[in-house]
Amino acid sequence: MSKSNQVLEEITSKEYEHGWTVNLETDEAPKGLNEDIVRFISAKKNEPEWLLEWRLKAFRQWQKMVEPKWPNVTYPAINYQDIIYYSAPKQKVKPNSLSEVDPELIKTFEKLGISLTEQKRLTGVAVDAVIDSISVATTFKEKLSELGVIFCSFSEAVKEHPELIKKYLGSVVPMNDNYFAALNSAVFSDGSFCYIPKGVRCPMELSTYFRINAANTGQFERTLIVADEGSYVSYLEGCTAPMRDENQLHAAVVELYTMKGAEIKYSTVQNWYPGDKNGKGGIYNFVTKRGLCAGDHSKISWTQVETGSAITWKYPSCVLKGDYSVGEFYSVAVTNNYQQADTGTKMIHIGKNTRSRIVSKGISAGKSQNSYRGQVHVMKRATNARNHSQCDSLLMGDQCGAHTFPYIDVENNSARIEHEATTSKIGEDQIFYCLQRGIDEESAVALIVNGYAKEVLNQLPMEFAVEAQKLLALTLEGSVG
Amino acid sequence: MNYRTMLSIKNLQAKIGEKQILNGIDLKVNAGEVHAIMGPNGSGKSTLASVLSGREEYEVSGGEVDFLGKDLLELSPEDRAREGIFMAFQYPVEIPGVSTINFMKTALNQIREYRGQQALDAVSFLQLMKEKMKLVEIDQSLLNRSLNEGFSGGEKKRNEIFQMAMLEPKLAILDETDSGLDIDALRIVANGVNKLRNKNNATIVVTHYQRLLDYIVPDYVHVLYKGKIVKSGTKELALELEAKGYDWIKSEVTVA
Ligand SMILES: Nc1ncnc2c1ncn2[C@@H]1O[C@H](COP(=O)(O)OP(=O)(O)OP(=O)(O)O)[C@@H](O)[C@H]1O
Ligand SMILES: [Mg+2]
Repeated sequence: MSKSNQVLEEITSKEYEHGWTVNLETDEAPKGLNEDIVRFISAKKNEPEWLLEWRLKAFRQWQKMVEPKWPNVTYPAINYQDIIYYSAPKQKVKPNSLSEVDPELIKTFEKLGISLTEQKRLTGVAVDAVIDSISVATTFKEKLSELGVIFCSFSEAVKEHPELIKKYLGSVVPMNDNYFAALNSAVFSDGSFCYIPKGVRCPMELSTYFRINAANTGQFERTLIVADEGSYVSYLEGCTAPMRDENQLHAAVVELYTMKGAEIKYSTVQNWYPGDKNGKGGIYNFVTKRGLCAGDHSKISWTQVETGSAITWKYPSCVLKGDYSVGEFYSVAVTNNYQQADTGTKMIHIGKNTRSRIVSKGISAGKSQNSYRGQVHVMKRATNARNHSQCDSLLMGDQCGAHTFPYIDVENNSARIEHEATTSKIGEDQIFYCLQRGIDEESAVALIVNGYAKEVLNQLPMEFAVEAQKLLALTLEGSVG
Repeated sequence: MNYRTMLSIKNLQAKIGEKQILNGIDLKVNAGEVHAIMGPNGSGKSTLASVLSGREEYEVSGGEVDFLGKDLLELSPEDRAREGIFMAFQYPVEIPGVSTINFMKTALNQIREYRGQQALDAVSFLQLMKEKMKLVEIDQSLLNRSLNEGFSGGEKKRNEIFQMAMLEPKLAILDETDSGLDIDALRIVANGVNKLRNKNNATIVVTHYQRLLDYIVPDYVHVLYKGKIVKSGTKELALELEAKGYDWIKSEVTVA
């Protein structure tokens, strides 16, 4: 075995760091899914009648739909009756401040490296933490409310700001948009809601951490961010899950809505449990993320670093409805061992002079499969639409695969669409060059991979970028063949 | 002899696949010396440099190499570098998205760690960098760019010498660092090498041209031919080669 292979072997056998469970007494629904479960969830959350009706409608639509088969991934059939759809960590009363939050929970987050305590690392970042199905604590609430920024759990928003939820829930991702979105609409448990009022530049990063804790539970969060005219917000989403033998389902929906001149920057560092090195266990991540640039001159920017999950099915998209609106998608998707990712974006140009930019960097190692799927659609009235797409794939070893599926659909002749694609391999020459300078092989690969992904990593807020770099290195170092 | 032996190569043989390339090389380099290695294309000069720096695709099929009392052939490539061997590549590779600065920071700190030294803090690193930039007359804008990506041939070579200045090796092997350099760049690169010379380090210069040796004056000149050192001499040998070419040496070898 050559040295490279040895290192590959060592690194890829590194276990998932976040694999542990905390014993929180949970409050669970029975396994399976039917109308009663939907009612149970809604009742648990003391929801108003209209929301229950909305859920039931989604559930009935979902029953008539079929799971999509077009993604370039294979997995055993999911038994939707074998999943627990609601699981809440038991808490006697809803906490009013951090000091009232279950210390076990706080410990959980500390293990994740996320401190909910305001003095610590994330100073300047407001955090909403979602563990299993419930939103646990939101920090910095007061400071934000002075500016009129609403940042709270979804369930709280349903109670406190029903008019906003009624207006925007499903406005970007309709309940019957796709199979997983419909499922989510029926059973979503919690998530974050965020509203930035007119003209306000949110002074801190808003952040959510998701963690799946209980066994056999699906996690179905719902995130809704509304940026009113001329406002700006940067939002971070981080995720982890413990190691389990069975696969766990995660089907979230994220909706972003920007009005005239508003901007939302949404960043994700996804590190769900990818399964072990033989492909056992891991999260199935079927997520619908979409942003609607409703107003003129508005902008939505997605940045994602995807390193986890056994299967990823995810296409953060932008609907560019307002004239002069801008959509961006920056992505690094890493797959290793038996992971499969089918990810990319859709840019739908509807308004005039709309622009979109796609930068996708796929990295495949081990026996993994990594697909980029992107659609650029320029509608009839979208004069002067511009798109630039760049899709790069990096292969490590010769047992993995990289695939690119670009779909371009232009109905207006004034459109200018550019698409570039490259595939490369980390070269022995590059590695040797590093070795000759005294850099060991692991660090060499980390250096090269981070260099390759730099354009995307640069889009992340500072503290996230550092985390993402480490994550990339951890997932991949040494995977050269 | 008050010279310390730095590198001692005995009967070194190496092959790639079934192809024998080095056929028994003997060479001794003392601290403070500069050795020039010349020889026709394909004679094995780059191979020798690669074998010394530990490239895996070359299989050492015989011989010994001692570097400052250590069995060099037993060391991994990165440990050879950390022990003080530096190679300026004939064809430096590109590493997109990684700046020379970042690259050097990583390298220097790993070398320091190996030697039991603390990592350099940002300020000291910057100071060191500024100092070395001056020495090899290189512009910071080049060092901020992706390593070697889109560099001109001359910029790549100059960047190699900058890296050498940063890492302060004990033994530097310069593989055709002069090729592709214009006259001014050649002078700058040679000046850099000369300024870095001292009685504790040594340099092996692989070149085709006497011109470089006007600037970097060698103590010894060796001619490599068909994987063997077939002639050694002082700097006058380089002049003779320049005037007469390699044919007379080739015929001497065939006659012998
Ligand atoms: N990786 C390789 N695979 C096959 N043959 C090789 C390889 N590397 C070197 N060789 C062969 O070994 C011989 C010596 O090559 P080497 O590059 O060492 O020559 P050189 O003296 O540096 O030549 P030049 O002056 O052209 O740089 C050549 O015949 C070359 O083709
Ligand atoms: Mg050569």
